[in-house]
Amino acid sequence: MAIEVKAPGLATTVQDLGRPGYYHLGIPLSGAMDRFALRVANMLVGNDEGAACLECVFMGPELEFTTDATIAVTGAELAPKVDGEARETWTSFRIKAGQVLSFDFLKAGARAYIAVSGGIDVPLVLGSRSTYPLGALGGHQGRALQAGDVLPIGQADGAHEGRTVPPALRRMPGNPAELRVLPGLYWHRITEESGRNFFADTWKVAPEADRIGYRFRSGRPLEFVPRKQPFGAGSDPSNIVDACYPYGSIQVPGGTEPIVLHRDAVSGGGYFMLGTVISADMDLIGQMQPHTPTRFVEVDMQTALTARRDRRALLDRVRAALA
Amino acid sequence: MKTRYSFGGDEHIFVEVDEEMSLEAFFKSLSITNAVRDAGIKGVTEICPANASFQIKFDPDVIRPDDMLAELKRLESAADRAESRIRTRIIEVPVYYRDPWTTETLMRFRERHQDPSSTDIEYAARINCYDSVDDFIAAHSGSPWFVSMVGFVAGLPFLYQMVDRSRQIEVPKYLRPRTDTPKLTVGIGGCFGCIYSVRGAGGYQMFGITPMPIYDPKQEISYLRDFMVFFKPGDIVKWKPIDRVAYDAIVADVEANRFTPRVRDVTFDLDEFNRDIDGYNRKLEEALYGH
Repeated sequence: MAIEVKAPGLATTVQDLGRPGYYHLGIPLSGAMDRFALRVANMLVGNDEGAACLECVFMGPELEFTTDATIAVTGAELAPKVDGEARETWTSFRIKAGQVLSFDFLKAGARAYIAVSGGIDVPLVLGSRSTYPLGALGGHQGRALQAGDVLPIGQADGAHEGRTVPPALRRMPGNPAELRVLPGLYWHRITEESGRNFFADTWKVAPEADRIGYRFRSGRPLEFVPRKQPFGAGSDPSNIVDACYPYGSIQVPGGTEPIVLHRDAVSGGGYFMLGTVISADMDLIGQMQPHTPTRFVEVDMQTALTARRDRRALLDRVRAALA
Repeated sequence: MKTRYSFGGDEHIFVEVDEEMSLEAFFKSLSITNAVRDAGIKGVTEICPANASFQIKFDPDVIRPDDMLAELKRLESAADRAESRIRTRIIEVPVYYRDPWTTETLMRFRERHQDPSSTDIEYAARINCYDSVDDFIAAHSGSPWFVSMVGFVAGLPFLYQMVDRSRQIEVPKYLRPRTDTPKLTVGIGGCFGCIYSVRGAGGYQMFGITPMPIYDPKQEISYLRDFMVFFKPGDIVKWKPIDRVAYDAIVADVEANRFTPRVRDVTFDLDEFNRDIDGYNRKLEEALYGH
């Protein structure tokens, strides 16, 4: 009842829906960057929606199975192969003991989720199986997979192969990608003109884009409203007295390159934030490759809540389609 | 102090108690966050006190953002009347100042520093007008420090020096952050001290290293068996300068799992502290060392 890692891919980690409740101690939410894709992958193989999967970025691993299992790969277009034979993404298929799961080149998106019937059965740590590599916490030995690792898998309840998610129910960022933002937090620190520029410019995902945060380039630098820096904040106008950083918040150190914090966010620090990406759009970030052109779109709370409802409705439609 | 509320997307409320750092702002943040915890509001998933602000994460499917905001405002007015008195603990943290590991690291990142020709601690001593590094170390370790936030990475404490503002050590952060910091480095950025709980990136000036682990995800170290993170907001820290011999001895004790930090329970009263800071600190030290 296990998977042997023949080749690990780039930064393949065990992830589930995350580890809420410990952010006040600097332990981030963790969990899949594209939680929609993780839920759907689990549905396809008959797991609980929050079962642990493998999250792989840009490149798939090579995995040998010591037991028969049902597999589904969702998220990025990273086509799976069983003993070299092509399989579909967003579709469950069978693998037999002794067979090897490998992957073709990435065609779209950035992160694929590999669900295995029974789930990846690493120990629960603080209520989650997610990996937080910086803190060496959770997942498989607190780190990304390495060749030679053996991953236990849980008990599956029957086969579920041949189920597929209709293309209309798959969710990927557009081009340019659009991330909806509720301005706030320290928005008042930048000038009105800078605020307009931030939403008018087309940004590009920088190479420094990972589970901690996504950095963006190519927009105009921000200008700050002059002030005497408050005691304890530090001398740069982008500094604040160190505070909590919300998941999804956008900080702009030095006013130059915005960073959107994601699942392995640093929980706090001394840079001002101008707003927060709405919860409905956080999954999209997990599918953005470096250089992806990106627009930040200003929205209000009502729009954010409506978008959240729409996203829930989409998940309900997937559940209905696979029921 | 003027409290400012802002939504952080549809899942967070961010509350700035004051723009500038003070123990008063910290205590207010702590008492509101305690009140939020005690209130047991349905839908609240994270309660995070910080230095002079705090953040609440909630599920807007369970509680509407406007209702969450109203709850917080109600709890804020109740917290205004709260006593600035907490039951907490004082902890001795040994520090090997000017150790070889942080020194090696800071030399590797000299081009990112304000003053490439001196070390971090020489620079900090000079810009804070101390005659020598030894005087600077005496000041750094001479008063207790207050843990005013835990975070950035798992288990990292931010510490606020418990002296008059005029005597507080202040240093800028590195011009550009380092990509490496040894685990358990003791440093300062702005007015905040910190202990890096894990190895990784960092921008604070580095002064030394402690042999005392403060984060253990495996929960094997005797005093981290119950919980993997040592510090919590409200803890009080007293640095104790140690030399290489003492450092190596503690490292050996930690490895043999027979090291336990010196910790005493104390009550901290902000009003009494403000009336006579140095006298109050002497009492805290007496509680720690029992003489």
